[in-house]
Amino acid sequence: MFSDWPLLSLVIWIPILGGILVLVTGSDKQAPLARLTALFWSVVTFLISIPLYTGFDTDTAAMQFTERHEWIGSWDIFYHLGVDGISMPLILLTTFITVLVVIAGWEVIKERVAQYMSAFLIMEGLMNGVFASLDSALFYVFWEAMLIPMFIIIGVWGGQNRIYATIKFFLYTFFGSVFMLVALLYLYFQTGSFAILDFHQQPLGMTPQILIFLAFLIAFAVKVPMWPVHTWLPDAHVEAPTGGSVILAAIMLKLGAYGFLRFSLPITPDASQELAWLMITLSLIAVVYIGFVALVQQDMKKLIAYSSISHMGFVTLGFFIAWQIYDNTGSYSGAAMGISGGIVQMISHGFVSGALFLCVGVMYDRMHSRQISDYGGVVNTMPVFAAFMVLFAMANAGLPGTSGFVGEFMVILSSFKANFWYAFLAALTLILGAAYTLWMVKRVIFGTVANDNVAALQDIGRREFLILAILAVAVLTLGIWPAPLLEVMDASVENLLLHMTQSKVIQ
Amino acid sequence: MNNMENVYLWTVLAPLIGAIIAGLFGKRVGRAGAHWVTIIGVAVAFVLSAITFKHMVIDGAEVYNASVYTWMVSEGIRFEIGFLIDNLTAMMMVVVTFVSLMVHIYTVGYMHEDPGYQRFFSYISLFTFSMLMLVMANNFLQLFFGWEAVGLVSYLLIGFWYTRDTAIYANLKAFLVNRVGDFGFLLGIAAVLMYFGSLDYATVFGQVEQVDGQTITLFGDNAWSVITVICILLFIGAMGKSAQVPLHVWLPDSMEGPTPISALIHAATMVTAGIFMVARMSPLFEFSETALTVVLVIGAITALFMGFLGLVQNDIKRVVAYSTLSQLGYMTVALGASAYAAGIFHLMTHAFFKALLFLAAGSVIIAMHHEQDMRKMGGLRKYMPITWITSLIGSLALIGTPLFAGFYSKDSIIEAVAHSQIAGSGFAYFAVLTGVFVTALYSFRMYFLVFHGKERMDEHTRSHLHETPPVVTIPLILLAIPSVIIGAIFMGDMIAGDFFREAIFVLPEHDALGEWAADFHGWWAMALHAFVTWPFWLAAAGVFTAWFLYMKRPEIPGRIQARFQWLHTLLDNKYYADRFNEIVFAGGGRQLGQKLWRIGDVKLIDGLAVNGSAALVGWFAGRIRHIQTGYLFHYAFAMIIGVVVLLGLFVFLNQ
Amino acid sequence: MLALSDFLILGAVMFGLSIAGIFINRKNIIILLMAIELMLLAVNMNFIAFSHFLGDTAGQVFVFFILTVAAAEAAIGLAILVVLFRNKRTINVTELDSMKG
Repeated sequence: MFSDWPLLSLVIWIPILGGILVLVTGSDKQAPLARLTALFWSVVTFLISIPLYTGFDTDTAAMQFTERHEWIGSWDIFYHLGVDGISMPLILLTTFITVLVVIAGWEVIKERVAQYMSAFLIMEGLMNGVFASLDSALFYVFWEAMLIPMFIIIGVWGGQNRIYATIKFFLYTFFGSVFMLVALLYLYFQTGSFAILDFHQQPLGMTPQILIFLAFLIAFAVKVPMWPVHTWLPDAHVEAPTGGSVILAAIMLKLGAYGFLRFSLPITPDASQELAWLMITLSLIAVVYIGFVALVQQDMKKLIAYSSISHMGFVTLGFFIAWQIYDNTGSYSGAAMGISGGIVQMISHGFVSGALFLCVGVMYDRMHSRQISDYGGVVNTMPVFAAFMVLFAMANAGLPGTSGFVGEFMVILSSFKANFWYAFLAALTLILGAAYTLWMVKRVIFGTVANDNVAALQDIGRREFLILAILAVAVLTLGIWPAPLLEVMDASVENLLLHMTQSKVIQ
Repeated sequence: MNNMENVYLWTVLAPLIGAIIAGLFGKRVGRAGAHWVTIIGVAVAFVLSAITFKHMVIDGAEVYNASVYTWMVSEGIRFEIGFLIDNLTAMMMVVVTFVSLMVHIYTVGYMHEDPGYQRFFSYISLFTFSMLMLVMANNFLQLFFGWEAVGLVSYLLIGFWYTRDTAIYANLKAFLVNRVGDFGFLLGIAAVLMYFGSLDYATVFGQVEQVDGQTITLFGDNAWSVITVICILLFIGAMGKSAQVPLHVWLPDSMEGPTPISALIHAATMVTAGIFMVARMSPLFEFSETALTVVLVIGAITALFMGFLGLVQNDIKRVVAYSTLSQLGYMTVALGASAYAAGIFHLMTHAFFKALLFLAAGSVIIAMHHEQDMRKMGGLRKYMPITWITSLIGSLALIGTPLFAGFYSKDSIIEAVAHSQIAGSGFAYFAVLTGVFVTALYSFRMYFLVFHGKERMDEHTRSHLHETPPVVTIPLILLAIPSVIIGAIFMGDMIAGDFFREAIFVLPEHDALGEWAADFHGWWAMALHAFVTWPFWLAAAGVFTAWFLYMKRPEIPGRIQARFQWLHTLLDNKYYADRFNEIVFAGGGRQLGQKLWRIGDVKLIDGLAVNGSAALVGWFAGRIRHIQTGYLFHYAFAMIIGVVVLLGLFVFLNQ
Repeated sequence: MLALSDFLILGAVMFGLSIAGIFINRKNIIILLMAIELMLLAVNMNFIAFSHFLGDTAGQVFVFFILTVAAAEAAIGLAILVVLFRNKRTINVTELDSMKG
């Protein structure tokens, strides 16, 4: 029954419209109304996104649910939407996480409630727009527009040092995307079209490919973020309100990785192959170096932020391992597993890091501190919360049976085929991830009650329980039965690999 | 057949359901509800395991190998969750569920005052589930799944008393050391997938001959046999879980957990997972003599040197813990000598008598009001007759007294090593023989210190001493029975017979155990023959020495200690392994992290690149702002100059 | 008969005078305004000269435009000047340096 509906337009514009409607409720006197309206629209969006999954045809790599209308005719820019098996799960993730974020901000945000909720809803629409765009100009518009709500969220509801963090966040990401614009314009002049799918078919010389690849790399590497352009993330996370951190970690980081899949790999396969060594090196540095850095963090949010960078290293490692596998074994068998593993890791990290930031938020709301040293023995006063925290910590450490394991497992299996030492370094995360996460848990959750503030803590209420329970179910389901997710992306990954393995160099 | 499928499925599900009910609805079902639901769950699992055992071993059914559901499919490779049931599995299932059931019952008595009662039952049932998943796996993925899951439960249980600093230190340490092992294990699995194209046991074992001979280069140009690399990587996993040197450091500390856990997880079942895994992988290990030598030597080192540590411990649980380490070493030695059957046999007998010893130690600890120092015990025999006699049985089984369970399994291992031709077997033989003496010495040192001699406890404790309640003593008795008889019962089948059928594969040229077992003439004859072999007299000497030192002349140990102070210090500090790990790995890791963060992130990237470029722009702007004088005529002058220059260029270029 | 060059020389001289007026004058902003007017007139002179000698009336039309704009400009300039004086109490060019970096 939903097949005729413009579902993608709906998941983009309903939250934006909803956000504007929430804004209309105005002052904080109307805060309960603003919250309810926001919840209503976010739930509606989530419900609308469900048919995207149920109606999805897993047998084809072609774009589905497409919509195409002329937008700026004289420049061949179209309002062109569509999803494949790579972007569809990400849209679902976005609509799902947004509902949780709205609930998470329910009582915590007391000032400018309507504006806060509205920013998140508009943000949701824009992020969905990025994932659904098939026209690069449209993509770019959503990509840049998305910075605005995030800028506002950190800048208005953030912590002490929020101005520094916002400016850093904005300049970093903006610096990156300008290069992407140049690359997109070059591609436009080559193909005479802004359609991303046309770019995929365009033969390019080696030098332009390398330049385009580097331009995209700067844009996406900042977003992922990859070492060494990652330092905005810990600052942004530390200063952002809980909801902002969740969105940032769960979805915004995925945009960079998604960019690699949609642009870098299929448009410039030869350059990707040429520079795969660079990408693999940066990814492994992210996994190991950042793992060590995470170990010594004193601020919980910073620790989780660094852990995010380390986990995203797996994503990029999985994406760029294909050619090394070919060099080592003479076939591309195992490459698709790396890419799929990277995508699974993206989704899983969305749940796990989101959940961990929510956990820190729960404690921060009560204690107004993120310093590990201010805590200790939380389990004595918040047993239910502690159980959730340990579960998510284990998921972050990649325990089998939780979603955190699946992606890492696939990427390690795949990278072993490329080179023993890649797998060796990547697998170090088994030790490092457990070390930094569980050491934090030991210092925060376990032990005797550290001080009077901890002794006065109240265990989580119904609202917090609901959010964490939903996430726990998601993390466990994905860990125990990842098959449905793999099935959805299978055809698209195969198709992507086909693009990656065919040379596009003009002879 | 379909019928048996349900049996297998419910064997794992019953404890899981118990765990979920006790864990999530602990408050609602109450304390009694929690222990009933989990005990029933594990009892069901035990009964079903017994049915499986009868079906497989006694009725001799075909090996069952099928998947339950597909975990995921990637590139056409199916990752599945499924069961492989053969005699090896059936035996493990019975051992696991039986010991687990005993521990569940015992816990009712041991933990009855603890506020975390329901939580504890939930954890041990969850452990039973995970362990069953591990032993019943038919593929490497599920093996790893169970492998890490038992590690998780072990983590939770060691840190069960989470307000104790030592407990939460020990559980973090246990998890991390296990993770080091799992690191190798996961790489091993990755290697298996790369070279065999599947993670299914049957498929992998079926292709060993094709892969044998392939090589992989790791350092420079050295070509390594693929099978050797795979086996050593997998064995690193076993070293972590089965606490082999140098990854043994977590096991003694894990004694911070409640005693039932020490019995179930850190003696009888989880720590033997590594042994089970290597035996299961025998078709791989057989094709790599290098890997077998590594296994043999590591096992021999563990067997001997961990035994020494047991001699100087004063904490009753730690003595048993080092004894466990040493016995795990014996099992590993058996694996290295290709005597997988003997290793598994010892695993089984050890599970019973070591669980017995731990639970007996727990019984003593209850009676002593949670005092664990043996120097404050003594003469408990007359206060706790049941604990005393069962401990004696356990100790006799442990040191390998003829007719007791441990005798058969340990002698098989020693004889197999003696007959083995593999490199390192000479050293291993020396180690296991010396180990027999050491084992007898520390076991009976503990026995005499606790149950005989002067009563060294304070008056208040002594006035309250009495035998522990039936929920504690009944499991002791039930475990004491197999500790005596099980060796004699299974000796013929497991070692001399064909109990494991196709589950364990041994190349003819490695079959040292079979060589020796060809002379086997029944359990009675073997027991009689023992009186003319070295191990018996070494064990007897050990018992005698213990008696002499701790009963007859109790002042001598102090003198020896004073004489060999350096040796005592070395042993008391456990060869400084903990100190080394703390300084080099834990400290080094933190140092490195600090350096990378403070210098790499904060100074170089943020300081130099990010804020540095911002500062550079600011500095440059600060310089060139002085061009802006603010005087109108300067601006006009600049404009004119500009026009002149542009015109000049225009004219000049057009010439 | 006057040649085209004569008119152009006159224009150039007027232009040079006005530039000198802008640079050398450090006292009074009114002189500055006058110099700008003079500069415009110099341009007008060129327009008219070329228009006459090339026989194209478009140049003369431009002059009307420029004169009109210049008049408006002068009016605005003087108005700004009045406001400036009211605020700063000076119209001395060397004292007007609030744009200094």
